Amino acid sequence: MSLANTAIAIPAKPRRAKRSGAHVTTLPLLAPSVGLLLVFSLVPLAATIYFSLIRYNLLNPAIHGFAGISNYRYLLRDPALYHSLLVSVLLVVEVLVITIGSAAVLASLFQKKFPGRSVARVLMISPFFVMPTVSALIWKNLLMHPVNGLIAWITRGLGLGVIDFFADWPVTAVVVIVAWQWMPFAFLILLTALQSLDEETREAADLDGAGPIAIFFNIELPHMGRAIAVVTMMETIFQLGIFAEIYVTTSGGPGDATTNLTFLIYERALLAFNVGGASAAGVIAIILANILATFMVRIVGKELDT
Amino acid sequence: MNQRARYSPVAGTFAWLAALLMFFPIFWMVLASFKTELGAIATPPQLVFVPTLENYDTILERADYLSFALNSVIISVGATVLALLLAVPAAYSMAFYPSKRTKGTLLWMLSTKMLPAVGVLVPIYLFAKSLDLLDTRTLLVIMNMLMNLPIVVWMLFTFFKEMPKAIIEATRIDGASQWQTMFLVLLPLVLPGIASTALLNIILCWNEAFWSLNLTAHDAAPLTAFIASFSAPQGLFWAKLSAASTLAIAPIVVFGWFSQRQLVSGLTFGAVK
Repeated sequence: MSLANTAIAIPAKPRRAKRSGAHVTTLPLLAPSVGLLLVFSLVPLAATIYFSLIRYNLLNPAIHGFAGISNYRYLLRDPALYHSLLVSVLLVVEVLVITIGSAAVLASLFQKKFPGRSVARVLMISPFFVMPTVSALIWKNLLMHPVNGLIAWITRGLGLGVIDFFADWPVTAVVVIVAWQWMPFAFLILLTALQSLDEETREAADLDGAGPIAIFFNIELPHMGRAIAVVTMMETIFQLGIFAEIYVTTSGGPGDATTNLTFLIYERALLAFNVGGASAAGVIAIILANILATFMVRIVGKELDT
Repeated sequence: MNQRARYSPVAGTFAWLAALLMFFPIFWMVLASFKTELGAIATPPQLVFVPTLENYDTILERADYLSFALNSVIISVGATVLALLLAVPAAYSMAFYPSKRTKGTLLWMLSTKMLPAVGVLVPIYLFAKSLDLLDTRTLLVIMNMLMNLPIVVWMLFTFFKEMPKAIIEATRIDGASQWQTMFLVLLPLVLPGIASTALLNIILCWNEAFWSLNLTAHDAAPLTAFIASFSAPQGLFWAKLSAASTLAIAPIVVFGWFSQRQLVSGLTFGAVK
């Protein structure tokens, strides 16, 4: 996307606005934003492509010179790359399913009247304000710790034994943390969408004898379709780049169980100091992000109707 | 809400349960910050205990909390103001003078957000270093602004699009210039939308960790770096870590609580027609 569309992104010349019939020059209005984003996405991209073609190790200046495609060849033969892609996709999909599923149900509950609704809503959305490093620390230490954590104490009390989340279920553990943070976001958007639903429709269904579950699936859920598309896009954008949660809790482990593409590049660049190899992975990440973006844009674009 | 709508006890119970469950981790952390180090890791967990402020004393003694917090405020607000200044004209022009390219431009902007930040870290780091911008608030303001510009443009676009086009025509016929139309007529109308865009942006900037950790050392370090400085070598000092965490999130959580009504009304991204 970012490459394909750059050519059409800047309005080439002032256009005549059809609607008002007056000359409207949109260029000075659009140019600052579009221009900055272009520079910001293209210059580092060019630099990354350049680095990916040379041998460049921050620790060892003896490694230098033109590498051609050897960084890529090495990377594409590396199973770690494919595994990290799988982890990236798994994280995004699992978080999306959990957050949207529960947010839809909760939005349906919260649009009904009950005592203390606004206080409950404030509590509900609070996790969204917590910075990722802090929420990772809360879950890692206070809740999921296998010895002193609260969950371990509860499961021990119930006679279920102790689950060492970050050792046995590392991906699930990261998914739980990320979903906890992002569910409020999905919840807010779906709730707003649901509140625009005509009350009469719901009442009519109620009078016709439809139960709350039937109303949820046949009236409320379809009404939220557009909002769900928007949430899917926004969450995907943010969650492809999940970093802090992994950095704080598992550091990509155990082994490479929770190494997503972002973390893999980080490891190569800043822990192994292999700028060439990391840049090659960066270029691959950018290409994949663009392919994904094209798909998303197709789906959401249809919903958009600009 | 319809007047006939009654309280729904079942929905209310489940909603409250879910809300308390969602909030519990935050509550538990704040609670831990008032425990002694031994109390914080005790099993069974302490529910009743003599609260201590010792952890807060230690944390505030060891790090200059106010300077981190000030950096967070300056960076979040600065990046938000700058992003709004750039995005309002762009969103205005796309909403009111759409062309064949508008949709493509908008979606392209969003797609730049999918680029993995870590993929461009090295060039940006080297670039900032050559301009002597490392560890400056200026650099973080610019980075945060760029990171969120697509979202800001997108949100504003959805608000502008809901404005009736006739308003523009009327003001144009009355002889107002493009800038007058935008700033004097439309801006006041979309002010609630701009407010909620700004709120979301401030929250996102406040919690941004990747660039903050990699591009600052001390002078410009915001609260995300503050908390990271405590998390690394501390091991099992959970009470102190909880106190530091509470200090790091308190301003933004309280800010979020007070502004949530505003935030809620605007967080639709055009999802509601």
